[in-house]
Amino acid sequence: MMTYWSHQSISPVISAIFLAPLLFGVINWIKAFLSGRRGAPWLQPYFDLWKLMRKSAVYSRTTTWIFRAGPLVGLGAILTAAMIMPMGNIPALVSFPGDFVLFAYLLALGRFFTIIAALDTGSSFQGMGASREAYFSALSEPALLLALTAVARRTGSNSLSGMYEVLSSGSWALVSPAMVLVFIAIFIVFLTENARIPVDDPTTHLELTMIHEVMVLDHGGPDLAFINYGAALKMWILGQLLIGIVNPVHTGIMWLNQTISIVVSLSGPAIAVGLIEFSMARLRLKRVPQLLVAAGIFSVLALIMELR
Amino acid sequence: MNNWIDLLIILLILSNFVMLGSSRLAVCIRTLAIQGILLGILPLMIDRQDLVLHTTLVSIGALIIKGIVFPWLLFKVLRRIGIRREIEPFVGYVPSLFIGLAGLIVSLYIGSKLDFPAPESVADVIPLSLFSILAGLFLLTTRKKALSMVMGYLVLENGIYAFGSVVLNKVPVIVELGVLLDALVAVFIMGIATYHINREFDHIDVNRLDNLKG
Amino acid sequence: MIVFLLSVIIIVASGFAALVTRRSNSLSTFLGVGGVCAGSLIGLIPTFNVLIHGSRLSLHLPWHFAWGSFFVEIDPLSSFFLIPVFGVSILTAVYGAGYLQHYRQTHLLGVHWFFFNLLVAGMAMVAVAGNGVLFLISWEVMSLAPFFLVTFHSDQSKVQHAGWVYLVATHLGAIFLLVFFLLMGVNSGSMDFDHFNPSGYHHLSLLFLLAVIGFGSKSGFIPFHVWLPEAHPAAPSHVSALMSGVMIKMGIYGLFRSLVLLGVPSVGWGYVFIGIGLISGIAGVTFALAQHDLKRLLAYHSVENIGIISIGIGIGMLGLSWDNPVLVVMGMGGALLHVLNHSLFKSLLFLGAGSVQHASGTLEIEHMGGLLKRMPITGMTFLVGAAAICGLPPLNGFISEFLIYQGSVYGSMFLEGATVGAMPAVIAGLALIGGLAAICFTKAFGIVFLGTARREKGVSVRESRLSMKIPMLILSALCLLCGLLGADILKTAAPVLNMVTMNRFLDAIPLELIKAANSLRSVTWVFAGLILILTGLIFFRKWLLSKRYVQEGVTWDCGYIRPTSRMQYTASSFVQPVTGFFRNILQTRNIVSPPHGLFPTKVSLTTKTPDVFEKKFYSPLFEGTKRILFGLRWIQQGRIQLYIAYIVITLIILLIWKVR
Repeated sequence: MMTYWSHQSISPVISAIFLAPLLFGVINWIKAFLSGRRGAPWLQPYFDLWKLMRKSAVYSRTTTWIFRAGPLVGLGAILTAAMIMPMGNIPALVSFPGDFVLFAYLLALGRFFTIIAALDTGSSFQGMGASREAYFSALSEPALLLALTAVARRTGSNSLSGMYEVLSSGSWALVSPAMVLVFIAIFIVFLTENARIPVDDPTTHLELTMIHEVMVLDHGGPDLAFINYGAALKMWILGQLLIGIVNPVHTGIMWLNQTISIVVSLSGPAIAVGLIEFSMARLRLKRVPQLLVAAGIFSVLALIMELR
Repeated sequence: MNNWIDLLIILLILSNFVMLGSSRLAVCIRTLAIQGILLGILPLMIDRQDLVLHTTLVSIGALIIKGIVFPWLLFKVLRRIGIRREIEPFVGYVPSLFIGLAGLIVSLYIGSKLDFPAPESVADVIPLSLFSILAGLFLLTTRKKALSMVMGYLVLENGIYAFGSVVLNKVPVIVELGVLLDALVAVFIMGIATYHINREFDHIDVNRLDNLKG
Repeated sequence: MIVFLLSVIIIVASGFAALVTRRSNSLSTFLGVGGVCAGSLIGLIPTFNVLIHGSRLSLHLPWHFAWGSFFVEIDPLSSFFLIPVFGVSILTAVYGAGYLQHYRQTHLLGVHWFFFNLLVAGMAMVAVAGNGVLFLISWEVMSLAPFFLVTFHSDQSKVQHAGWVYLVATHLGAIFLLVFFLLMGVNSGSMDFDHFNPSGYHHLSLLFLLAVIGFGSKSGFIPFHVWLPEAHPAAPSHVSALMSGVMIKMGIYGLFRSLVLLGVPSVGWGYVFIGIGLISGIAGVTFALAQHDLKRLLAYHSVENIGIISIGIGIGMLGLSWDNPVLVVMGMGGALLHVLNHSLFKSLLFLGAGSVQHASGTLEIEHMGGLLKRMPITGMTFLVGAAAICGLPPLNGFISEFLIYQGSVYGSMFLEGATVGAMPAVIAGLALIGGLAAICFTKAFGIVFLGTARREKGVSVRESRLSMKIPMLILSALCLLCGLLGADILKTAAPVLNMVTMNRFLDAIPLELIKAANSLRSVTWVFAGLILILTGLIFFRKWLLSKRYVQEGVTWDCGYIRPTSRMQYTASSFVQPVTGFFRNILQTRNIVSPPHGLFPTKVSLTTKTPDVFEKKFYSPLFEGTKRILFGLRWIQQGRIQLYIAYIVITLIILLIWKVR
C-alpha cells in the first residue's frame, strides 16, 4: 500500500530523466518533416542543454535570490513529480493513496516559483506572462484532478501506479466513452501545462504574445538549461498520463514492455503535438479560458458517467 | 453494447455545450445538424432487439428533417441575412457553460428521482432530454439574434424528441411524425419571419423589437 | 486543572497590572507581554498532558447565580484548540512588544495590553468552559476585547467604522448563541455541558442552524464574513494575527463542541457544511484576488481557509451519519490539522504584513515593490507563509488539504448513489481554490517584495527589529516542521476524533488513522526527496558557475533604454484576467480618466471591489432598519417630564396586563 520498491520501478524515472529532451527533438523533427523541411537532428536538445550548461551567467541588478531559486525549484519539483509517475503498468518509485494530488501540487510548486522569479525581474513583459500562466493553470487544475478522479473510480485504485497498472493491463477492456472524455480533458491540460499550440506558441517572436517563453526571458546559462530541461521533463511525465490510458502493453516480458512503453511515450505525444502545431494556429487569448472550461466539462461528464 | 448508447448520449450532451458556448452561428447550425443525425440514430440503438418498421420510419424521418432539412433551411436564412455571429448575448459564453453544467447536474438529479417506466439501458436518455430542454430554454431566453432563438427552439424540440424516443414503441407513429412536421412548419415560419425582420430593420436583434410599441 | 486556572489568572492579573502601570509604557508593556508569555507557557503544560494521554481534566465548583455549576474541563477537543491559543499568543505578544514601540510616544500601551491579555484569557476560557453561562461570559470577553484592540488608532474614521462593524457583527452572532444555549439548557434543565441531552428535543435542526449562524459569524462563513475585511486591516498587526490565526478558530471550536452536544448529525447538516465551505472558499479567494490592501487581502483568505475547514467538517459529518470511519478520519482529521496549520501560516502572514506596513507606512500593494532586498527576513518568512497557504509542498498547508482531498477522492471512488455528487464538487472546489490562491499570493509576494520600489518611500525602508523577526522565524520554521511531521500530528488527533464521533468508531478510527498517517508518511518521504533534489541542484549550479564568470546587468526590456519602476506590472493588471473571469461575482468598478489629445499627460485608472454581500445585503438591510426606526424619532423630545410620563405609561400598561 505504502511505498514499494522493485528493480523495475526505477525504469520510469531513469527513462524520464534521460529521454525527456529527446521528446522535444522528435517534435521539432516531425514539425519540420510535415512542413517539408529537413529538421534538426533528434539529439539537438541535448546539444543545446550542453551548450547552455557551459555558459556563464548574467543576472539583472533588480533581481534577488528568488530569481535564482526559480529555475532550481521549477526543475526540482518536476524531478520529484517524476518519482511518482508510473510508465504504463510499470509502477513508479513511490506510490501511495492520493499521490496524484501531490503530483498536481508539485507542478503547482514549480509554477509558483517560476512566476515569482518572473516578477522578480520587474519587467512588465514577464509580469504579463506570469499573469497569464497563473490564470490558465488555475483553470486547468480542477480539470486534471477531476479527470484523474474519474480514472480512480474506474480502476478502483487511488494511486497513479495502481490506476495505470489496471488501465494498461486491461487491453482496452476498460475503454469506455468516459475514458475517451478523460483522455481529451487530460490532453487539453497537457497542451496548456506545456505551453503548446493552441494555448501558447513556443516559437513566437513577439514578447507581447508569449506566455511561458516570456516568463523565462531573463534567464540564461545554466538557469536556462534547467528551465528547458524541466520543460522537457514536464512534457514527458504529463505525456505518461495520456499514454497510460491508450497504451495497452502487456506482453508479459518485462524488457519488451519497457521498450514498447518508451517508444510509445516518445512517439505518441510527439506525433500528436507535431500534427496539432502543424495544422492549427493558436487561439486568441480570450478563447483559452473557454477551452479550459471545456476540459473541465469533459472531466465532469466523465465523472458523471462513472458515478452512475 | 451499452457503451454505444453512452457514447451517443455524451456526444449529444457535448453538442448542447457547443451550442451554449459558441458564438459563430454557422458552428451552431452544424452542431444542430450533428445533433439531429445523432438523435435519428438514437431510437435505433434503443430498440435493437425488436427493430420494427415503426421505429425505423421515425428514425429516418427525424434524421432527414433534423439532420438535413433544418440545417439547410437555417444556412439559407443565414446566407440571406449575412450575419456571422451572435454578438453580446445577455449572458456571456463562459458563464453560459457554467450554467449549462449546473443545468446538467439538476437534470441528472431530477432524472434520478423521476419514476419512469424505462428500461435500464436507456435510463440516461431522460436526463439528457431534460438537459436539452433546459439548454434550449436557456438559449431562447438569453440570445439576442432571432436566428439563435430559432436554434434554441430546435434544441428544446430535440430534447422533447429524445424523451419521446424512449417510449417510441408505445406511441403511434403518426403522432411522432406529426410532431416532426409541426417543427418543420415552425422553422419555415420562423425563417421567413427572421428574413423579414432583417429586411425591415437591418438587424435581427429581438430585444430591439420593442421599438414597435406605439 | 488548577495549573490551567493559574495560568489564566496570571494572564488576567498581568493585564490589570499593565492597566495600573499605564503611565509608564515600558513597564506596562513588560508586565503585559511577560504575563501572556508566562501564563501561556504554564497553560501549555496541562494542555499537552491531556492531548498526549487522551485524558480529561475537570473541575466542578458550586455556583450560585445560574443553573449548573462553575464547570471547566480540558478534554482532548479543548486541548487541541488550546495549543494555538497559547502558542500563537506568546509569539504575537512578543511581536506586539516590538511593533508598538513605534507608538510609545502617542498611545497608552498599558490599556492595549490589558485588553490583549483579556482576549487571550477569554479564548482560553471559551475552550475549557463546560457550562453554558460560563461559555457565554467567556465568549463575550473574547468578543469585546478585540473591539478595543481593533480601535487602537481610534483617531481614524476608517478604524472607528471597522470597530463598529466588528461590534455589530459579533453581537448579532452572540444573540444566536444565547438562544442556542438557552434552548439547550431549558430542554435539559441544566446549563452544564455534561447534562445536556438533546435527544428529547424535536427541533434539532433548529439548534444546529443557530449554532452554525452564531459560531459561523465568528469564524467568517460567507455571508457572515463582512466584519473580517473591515476589522483586520484596521487592527494593529499582531492583533490581526491573533484574531485571524486563533480567535476565528474559536468559532470552529464552538461548532465542533456543538456537534458533540447535538449527537449524530443528519446527512443534511453535512451538506450544509460542504455547501458553506465551498461558497466561502471560492468566494473568499475570489474577493481576495481583487484587493489592493495587503491586510484586507489576507482577511479574505481567512474566509477562504475557514471554508476549507468547513468542507473537511462536512465530509466528516457525512461519514458520521453514514457510519463511514474513513470519511470521518479524512474529513475531521483534515479540518483539525487545517485549524492548526492555518493558525500558524495566517498569523505569520499577518505579522509579515505588519512589518511591511511598519517599514513602508502603507498597506497599499500598488505602492510597494522591491522590499525583499531591504527586509530579507520578513520577505523570506512571508514567502514561506504564502507557499504554505497555497498548500504547496513541502509545507504544512499541503498536509491538511491533502487529507480533505483524500476523503473526497475516497468518497467519489467507493460511494454509490446520487449523493456522491458532493465529493467531486469538493475536489473541483479545492483545486480551483488552490489555483486561485496561488495567483493571489504570487501577486501579493511578487508585487510587494520583488521588482523595484514603485514609490520614493520604498527606498528608505529598513528591516524590522529583532523582537518582530524572531516570532516570524519561529512560525515559518513551524510551518516547515508541521509539513514534515504531518503523520505524527495526525496521530495525536486520535482522542479528539474519538470525542467528536462520540466514541462510535473506537476500533475503526485508530485503524484508519494509521492508514492515513502512512500515506502522510509517504508524502513526507517525497518532501524529503524534494528537499534533497533541491539541495543537489543548488550545489550542481554552484559547481557549474564556479569556473565561470557571473555578471550583473539590467533586465531585458525589449530594447527600451530607460525603464522606470513605474513601468512594472501592477497587482491589478496581474490579476485582471481572473477578475475579468469572475466579474459577475466581483462587480469591480473601474474609474477611468482616459488619455486626451496628441500628448496626453494625465491618465488614471482606479479599480474598486467592495464586498458584494455588504453592498447588496447588509447595507440595504441596515438602511431599511434605520429608516423604520427614524420614524419613531418623534418619541424623543428632550423633555425630562415626557420621559417620566413614558415610564408611567409603561408601568400602567404592564400592571393592567398583569392583573388581566
